[in-house]
Amino acid sequence: MAATVLVVGAGLGGLRAAEALRGAGFEGAITVVGDEPAMPYNRPPLSKEALSAGVHVAELEFRRKPSVADVDWRLGSPAIASDFTARTVTLADGTHLSFDGLVIASGIRPRRLPIAGPEAGRHVLRTAHDAMNLRNYLVPGRTAVIMGAGFIGCEVAATARGLGAEVHIVAIDEQPMVRPLGAELGMGMRSRHEHHGVKFHLGRTVQSFLGGEHITSVLLDDGTELSASVVVEAVGSVCNVEWLAGNGLDLTDGLLVDQAMVVSAEVPVVAVGDIARHPNALFGNVPRRIEHWNIPTETGRRAGASLASLLRGEQPDQAPFAAMPSFWSDQYQYKLQSFGMPGLATSIQIVEGTADDACIVEYSDESGLVGVVGVDRTAELAPYRKHLLER
Amino acid sequence: MVIITVDMDKCQHYGQCCFEADDVFALNDDGQLEYVAEADESRRADIESAADVCPMQAITVK
Repeated sequence: MAATVLVVGAGLGGLRAAEALRGAGFEGAITVVGDEPAMPYNRPPLSKEALSAGVHVAELEFRRKPSVADVDWRLGSPAIASDFTARTVTLADGTHLSFDGLVIASGIRPRRLPIAGPEAGRHVLRTAHDAMNLRNYLVPGRTAVIMGAGFIGCEVAATARGLGAEVHIVAIDEQPMVRPLGAELGMGMRSRHEHHGVKFHLGRTVQSFLGGEHITSVLLDDGTELSASVVVEAVGSVCNVEWLAGNGLDLTDGLLVDQAMVVSAEVPVVAVGDIARHPNALFGNVPRRIEHWNIPTETGRRAGASLASLLRGEQPDQAPFAAMPSFWSDQYQYKLQSFGMPGLATSIQIVEGTADDACIVEYSDESGLVGVVGVDRTAELAPYRKHLLER
Repeated sequence: MVIITVDMDKCQHYGQCCFEADDVFALNDDGQLEYVAEADESRRADIESAADVCPMQAITVK
């Protein structure tokens, strides 16, 4: 009887892994399990154009390759348990599914901080449903307090200003997006946001939420009280690994995989996307989780091919994994794009332009260039990317 | 023959596609995407890959 593959996670990584299984000649049954009711869809627009124009999840769906037309999609119920020895996964609705090979693509969810006060009015942004809920609050006369000054916080801030809402950003960091971008470009992005009316409260944390049933204000640790119609919590992520407990895996920071994205060869298990702590030969093979949009595609392709090999009783391709991490962000009319891992830098240099205008920034460590970020200079980044590939 | 369409209302000119199939997609000196609408069948895998990596999912391949 042909082998069966179960993919847990119906996002981009799960889809690409399923396509790669077919691409590698796997002809058995594939079932994809997802906690959301939707087919795999593109999330980045949820903080930008889809949040602004209205969320229509069908329009955000990824095109699926004809090879996965026969996949069984079981959507709307998350995996809650698994047993690698018995090769089963249990869903929240009580369904038990068996597998010969497993793809872990369950991704991440927004981190929630334990903060006293009303729950109503607290929002996160990960799913289309989240975006629909948030959208109604982002109108003139309302005030959004955004916790966190990372990319999601800053993109929501820009969108909310575009929709006419008042916006405050509260973050412990010294500058927005400081970890990937560094202080100087972070400050340049802050100026752009301030020019568009965003008020920053940096180096600050939220003490508590105030109000009756619904949040009406946010109290900061320095005693400042900010009036708030809605709070957006964009303070990082947590891996969806709880369903994997009891299988002897280290689940402290996603799942460790090798360069072939293999978690376990004996029981064929691979992992992809935000959750896969993977080595990258371009950056010293130190296993890292990378929450960039291009990683589910890159790891999914590799994982699907590896799992197809394991299920044939063959060794997966052991070539180094060397995909170029890349991120991009739209805030107002500005376009950021990055290649490499700027967050690893020990020195940062603006090589073209200035931080508050179109610019190119080089990020280096003792080994040389580790990353590049361009603001409104996209077309000029290709040589830097090439340089990074030749590291 | 591979038929390529880019929805220019969606395209944000990030140029990720150019790294997958640089004979089909390119950013011009003004940073705007330019592409050829037809390519040889032998180029299909790279062109589909370019469609996969487009952040805006603006590329259709037939």
